[in-house]
Amino acid sequence: MIHFPVLRWGEPYESLETEQVVHFVTGEPIARVSQANPGIVARDLRKAYRAREALREIPTSELLAMAKRAADLFMNADLPLGEGTQSPAQFVRQQSATTGLSEQMCRLNMDKLRFVLEHLDEILGSLTRGLDLEILRRGYGEENGVLRSYQATTPALGMVLPSNSPGVHTLWLPVIPMQIGLVLKPGPQEPWTPWRMAQAFFQAGIPRQSIAVYPGGAEVGAAVLHNTPRSLIFGGLATVQRYRSNPEIQVHGPGFSKILLGDDRVDDWEQYLDLMVDSVLVNSGRSCINCSGIWASRNTHQIAEALAEQLATVEALPPEDPQAQLAAFTVPGQAKAISEDIDAALESPSNEDITAKHRQGNRLVERERCAYLLPTVVHCEAPDDPMASKEYMFPFVSVVQSPQEKMLESIGDTLVASAITEDERFRRQLLDAPNIDRLNLGPIPTISLNWLQPHEGNIVDFLYRARAFQSAD
Amino acid sequence: MKVRSRSPSFGIVPAKTTQEMTSTPTTANESLQAAVGQARAALDAHVREIVGWHFDPDTGCPFWLQWAQRQSWDPRQEIQGLDDLVRFDHFQDDWLRGGPVRRWVPKAYADRPIYVFETGGTTGVPKSRINIEDFRIDYEEFSKTLPEQHFPHGANWLMLGPSGPRRLRLAVEHLAQHRGGISFCVDLDPRWVIQLIKRGWMEHLAAYQEHIIDQAITILEAGHDIRCMFTTPKLLEALALRLQDKGTSLRKAGISGIFSGGTEFTPQWNRFAHEELLDGAFMAPTYGNTLMGLAASAPSGPHNGYTIAYYAPQPRAVLEVVDPDNPDRPVAYGQTGRVMLTTLTREFFVPRFLERDEGEREPPTAGYPWDGVSGVRPFSRFAKNTTVGVY
Repeated sequence: MIHFPVLRWGEPYESLETEQVVHFVTGEPIARVSQANPGIVARDLRKAYRAREALREIPTSELLAMAKRAADLFMNADLPLGEGTQSPAQFVRQQSATTGLSEQMCRLNMDKLRFVLEHLDEILGSLTRGLDLEILRRGYGEENGVLRSYQATTPALGMVLPSNSPGVHTLWLPVIPMQIGLVLKPGPQEPWTPWRMAQAFFQAGIPRQSIAVYPGGAEVGAAVLHNTPRSLIFGGLATVQRYRSNPEIQVHGPGFSKILLGDDRVDDWEQYLDLMVDSVLVNSGRSCINCSGIWASRNTHQIAEALAEQLATVEALPPEDPQAQLAAFTVPGQAKAISEDIDAALESPSNEDITAKHRQGNRLVERERCAYLLPTVVHCEAPDDPMASKEYMFPFVSVVQSPQEKMLESIGDTLVASAITEDERFRRQLLDAPNIDRLNLGPIPTISLNWLQPHEGNIVDFLYRARAFQSAD
Repeated sequence: MKVRSRSPSFGIVPAKTTQEMTSTPTTANESLQAAVGQARAALDAHVREIVGWHFDPDTGCPFWLQWAQRQSWDPRQEIQGLDDLVRFDHFQDDWLRGGPVRRWVPKAYADRPIYVFETGGTTGVPKSRINIEDFRIDYEEFSKTLPEQHFPHGANWLMLGPSGPRRLRLAVEHLAQHRGGISFCVDLDPRWVIQLIKRGWMEHLAAYQEHIIDQAITILEAGHDIRCMFTTPKLLEALALRLQDKGTSLRKAGISGIFSGGTEFTPQWNRFAHEELLDGAFMAPTYGNTLMGLAASAPSGPHNGYTIAYYAPQPRAVLEVVDPDNPDRPVAYGQTGRVMLTTLTREFFVPRFLERDEGEREPPTAGYPWDGVSGVRPFSRFAKNTTVGVY
């Protein structure tokens, strides 16, 4: 069986405690993952400065070239895994087998990572507003006749990663070229991407001592957060609430992303139906950028009906089926609990499950070792009903009836808002709305990311601080 | 699915007897068999004596005497050995919450000075156990298991663990005194630590731990010739790492022997401690709580995958590993089960208490000719609601 060791600054370490990851359909063990203990993390991270020192030895342009090579290796090469190697096709099959994602989704996510790695120079150029990246490496430098200095806020970035969506790994790819070490705590079912990406980096020439991978339980995640001056964590609402006021931790949780139809465009809603379907359905609705709310002042019943009709055709297909659009829930009981939560919210007279009459059978499809939730469209007449702000890890959307003038105060925190309106006054209000992070003006799917733009805060600003600097030299 | 060095499934196959387990007809095995038989006979005799004491109106405590009055049978007549204790069903630790505390004091000891030690109590009423001499006797017994080479007679001690109403503070101090040393102590309130975790005040938690470690370092550096210590795994880790930050180590700070305990004592942690924290200092893992004495451990290391097997201080306490769905049945050797404790002292009688821990049943050894338990960890069916290793 494949074994994933702990990677202690690039050095494999086999723990006496291992966790098995199993195939979500057959239950067959796929891999054995060595579990770190918090003390190992605490001890190793005292030497995090060595990761940064090793990376600062390499010019930024070379690190970016290595990242490009890593992109090719990640996509195309047989890379070390266990006692042997792993081909790209094996990676896709194995990742699908333990996460419940379809193989097609795994391939798409893989390509997303490749794209980001290949364009890191442009991404960093955009995020730093064109700063000469050598200034980050040296700590200071002159630009346009002005002396600039940037100080790293941490020698290594800690990452507590999820299992449910490999697309999030894009967030940490720019870190190495910024000469900051990586400390990764993989999600329990998704050891595949951190390991394969680390191997691609190593083969591309990135120093081994710049990357650490610590699989383990929640206490290992806590140790990563506690022992790195800057870290990212992914989790649910409780995690967000716990860490949101901590400036040392960037927390990524539910996105509550939405499509807002302005009064001036809402009568043309049929033009945007495909955009709405894509925003809800792509990546099985697992991403924080998937749409979970469509808000409009009128035509909401028709919108919900049309969406439901299309989404109800989506079936629970085997992961290897190229048409599979739904990911499985692999944690026992999770899908059932979500379905029950939706049913409880549907008891309110304001809410109606529109998909129920379009689909054959129940929302919950239970298999022997996993379960699926079929796409669900709920019509919600009351913007203050809890149903209006639900988000789940499958294609679920509330179509909410709300006057335009009340929308921005009712939608709550929104990671991505795609606002379809040409009403200048509404656009200005949208631009000023502090509860919207990424704003798309016009018919842009919520899942359409511009990689040159920051995501939930600028990673460069998180890892470097601009400061005053003078030198007598 | 978590995989440890042993099967995680609860063993429900009928338990092998010690005879079956050690069937090779060697002299060593015959000698072990004989020792096991003698230990069992001594245990059964001890059970009869202790049950006789606690249910004698002249010596027993009000709790058990009143309990006996509600029964249709007489424990003094019908309990002839460990197996007969099944008639008591399982001791409920909730009986220890609330008073009057004197109902637990044996009549024979009514005029003696009584200690009360508490466990739990972060919220609500803590469980209280009365004590007269037991903590001294238990720790004197445990003292016999400590190697002189690492815990030298006359050495001073540092007690770096939960203090206040817990048994540990006085017990470790007595251990040090019993071995001719003096014990220094750092205050630690685990109830506050649990509150910090529950409230999510992780910065306060880190600050509190730092405050504890600061005090420990100060004492260690103050020239008191401290060579032995009690501490918990988390504090041992924090102390060792702080010393490493200062360019030194536990051993270089003078510590030659550490006695420690807690359910975080997994084989992996044990190995990590040996390879990366102790710098050659000796560590004696233990398993115990306020209800029992102290279970010492057989030597562990690379030879046995760093698995720690604990053996109760029989006959004063008995640890059994039982099928959680049928606690009357022990699991087979090497199989996982729930830990069941019986405490048998003149001060305190606890029949068949189901601990909140699980582990694997270990066979008798020459040093401990009775069953042990290894891989002790929180009982998996309760683990989600259990806060462990907080200090």
